[in-house]
Amino acid sequence: MEKIIEVQHLSKSFGTNEVLKDIDFAVNKGEVVCIIGSSGSGKSTLLRCINLLEKPSGGQIIYKGENILDDKHDIFEYRTKLGMVFQQFNLFNNLNVLGNCVIGQTKILKRSKEEAEKVAIKYLKVVGMDQYVTAKPKQLSGGQKQRVAIARALSMEPDVMLFDEPTSALDPEMVGEVLKVMKTLVESGLTMLVVTHEMGFAKEVADRVVFMDKGVIEEEGPPEQIFNNPKTERTREFLKRTLEKE
Amino acid sequence: MTLEWLLKIFVDNWPMYLRGAGITLYIALTGTLTGSFIGLLIGVIRTIPKPEKGIKKIILKLVNMFLTAYIEFFRGTPMIVQAMVIYYGSALAFDINVDRLVAALFIVSINTGAYMSEIVRGGIISIDKGQFEAAQAIGMNHLQTMKNIILPQVIRNILPATGNEFIINIKDTSVLNVIAVSELFFQTKSIAGNNFRYFESFFVACVIYLIMTLTVTWILRSIERKLDGPDSFTLGGNQMQI
Repeated sequence: MEKIIEVQHLSKSFGTNEVLKDIDFAVNKGEVVCIIGSSGSGKSTLLRCINLLEKPSGGQIIYKGENILDDKHDIFEYRTKLGMVFQQFNLFNNLNVLGNCVIGQTKILKRSKEEAEKVAIKYLKVVGMDQYVTAKPKQLSGGQKQRVAIARALSMEPDVMLFDEPTSALDPEMVGEVLKVMKTLVESGLTMLVVTHEMGFAKEVADRVVFMDKGVIEEEGPPEQIFNNPKTERTREFLKRTLEKE
Repeated sequence: MTLEWLLKIFVDNWPMYLRGAGITLYIALTGTLTGSFIGLLIGVIRTIPKPEKGIKKIILKLVNMFLTAYIEFFRGTPMIVQAMVIYYGSALAFDINVDRLVAALFIVSINTGAYMSEIVRGGIISIDKGQFEAAQAIGMNHLQTMKNIILPQVIRNILPATGNEFIINIKDTSVLNVIAVSELFFQTKSIAGNNFRYFESFFVACVIYLIMTLTVTWILRSIERKLDGPDSFTLGGNQMQI
């Protein structure tokens, strides 16, 4: 299998607080990987390190055979290859729905306006928001915002989609619509890395589940193994706690 | 009767009043616009992420020091004194006679720039961190992020404060009479010097100032409303605002 992104010995500290410790981890092409774990386990930080929103303190991130932490590597170009979906949506407030999906294409990928709009509409259809092209973010519900945010990331046609707890800030009745969109993306064969608290989603769609605890990868494997037959005590404890709540 | 005098003074001198008001508006508007531009530029420079090492770090530090000195100097001294120092100082130092109007535009612009750069800084700080991150995540650098995402939002948010600056400028151009710029106060002074009706002459000026400031307030409010748009979206509704 072709590795798209490989993380080697990655570490990250905020001051004296070591959030990630010597992480080794890879995402293969076409794979859906879900990262689970309790709050503060470092899973979001790992995702943010991968697209360099946080600067790793040590280690390597290999993309297409090159270490992107090299000084000379163009991180701006690298970031266009990763689509990021945030917990808080972070739609550009000054732009309408179409503008949100077009701006990166025209300004960064240098596509023409016509082409960019065509691509944007295509992905807005995928997330079911093509009727809202002229709406401003403040006029949308949380679920709608997140679906537009997904379309914005898809419009850049990235190699990997990163989701940072995409449903955690949503009202319960809106979680479903976003997960539904994500499932259609899984079916389309997109490579996805999802940090999530939605155990049902992870169980259903993940090819591989990574359980993180206290800044290390405690256990990883296919969902059947993690959810039905966890190998470590901590994984068992975590699952017991979270599944009880559901 | 005072009322008759007011009318008579206006009827006799309206071209002078109008010219004065025109110059005042011209200086205030140009000063506010140039000042806002300076403020936005400084805001962008002062939020450049700190490079970790090398010559870039030193250059950025020097630039920031210079900008801080500029802001502190022009915020910390009265515009009336700056007008004297710059107008007579340039004559003394470079042996050139600057055009009074040019000097006036220069003084008001850099003065407003000093205030505006702090207003812009506040505006940039107030923008949610997520907006910066989302822009970075699709591959934008600092300049692209600022130009396409942050500054449009900052400009909207600082409009009320910019309106404040504009109104202050309309009023404060009156201090430029010390370098004999023919703005509204200066004109009024010469009108009153001719007819010796100081109260009536300046009362007319007062009304003209008020009309200008109220008009500006009203225009800015409507721009804000237009920029904000409706709070809800109707599917299929006619909301062409792409």
